[in-house]
Amino acid sequence: MAEPARSPIAGTPVVRPLSPHLQIYRWTWTMAMSVAHRVTGVALYAGTFLVAVWLVALASGPGAYDPVAWLYGSILGRLAIFVYTWILLHHMLGGIRHLVWDFGHGMEPGTRIAMAKYTLVGSAALTVVVWLVALLAR
Amino acid sequence: MADNRPETRPSIRTASARVKGLGPAHHGTSEWWLHRVTAVSNVPLILAFVVIVAKMAGRPYPEAVALISHPIVAILLILAVISVTNHMRMGLQIVIEDYVHDKGLKIAAVIANNFYCVAVAVACLYAILRVSL
Repeated sequence: MAEPARSPIAGTPVVRPLSPHLQIYRWTWTMAMSVAHRVTGVALYAGTFLVAVWLVALASGPGAYDPVAWLYGSILGRLAIFVYTWILLHHMLGGIRHLVWDFGHGMEPGTRIAMAKYTLVGSAALTVVVWLVALLAR
Repeated sequence: MADNRPETRPSIRTASARVKGLGPAHHGTSEWWLHRVTAVSNVPLILAFVVIVAKMAGRPYPEAVALISHPIVAILLILAVISVTNHMRMGLQIVIEDYVHDKGLKIAAVIANNFYCVAVAVACLYAILRVSL
């Protein structure tokens, strides 16, 4: 972080124009999915704590595992894991989109907006498919 | 990741620094690249993780232990933990650097980020090995 610039008049800060931020621009699909990618990434970051709790409980024995398995299997737990599945798949598809863009493909106006839209459509559809398969396969 | 294009503009960078391509932070693009590599490795490993979790759901303790104890399952989980915790460490550091402008707070946040990711990684790896070995 740079030091604040010196004003010609001592003691007064230099007021410089700031670049506009999110609230200035009209929302577009690419912008919304860019924000969503970051938000889902941060959510997954926090969610890894739940994975660690689950695995450590399993390693600690049935006395620790059973309550955790009960909590994760409760209505609230299942709802959280359902949302977590969507967040995970959304971030995954967003990441694949970014990898494609990293190679310079799909940057045309129509293509890039379609790719952003399909991130949302695809992640929602995949989440339902994953849960249907998981529920039907047992 | 060295920049091997011919020099067309006057520069005060030494030829050696330009060829090494590490830039002023001396890291070059290695972290950016590792973020992409772990993004790629995350895809199959997370898909495997989702399948494992789906198979685990609702199983009683002995069955859950038996499933995680399978070498393939344990190895996939270990790889997933290594890939994911590295990816999320780099990802959150970018978020911190974008939004936390106070220097002291930024350094504290980056350190806390590293501690959290290492703690999650070690807890998961220890648990997987403890269950499966």
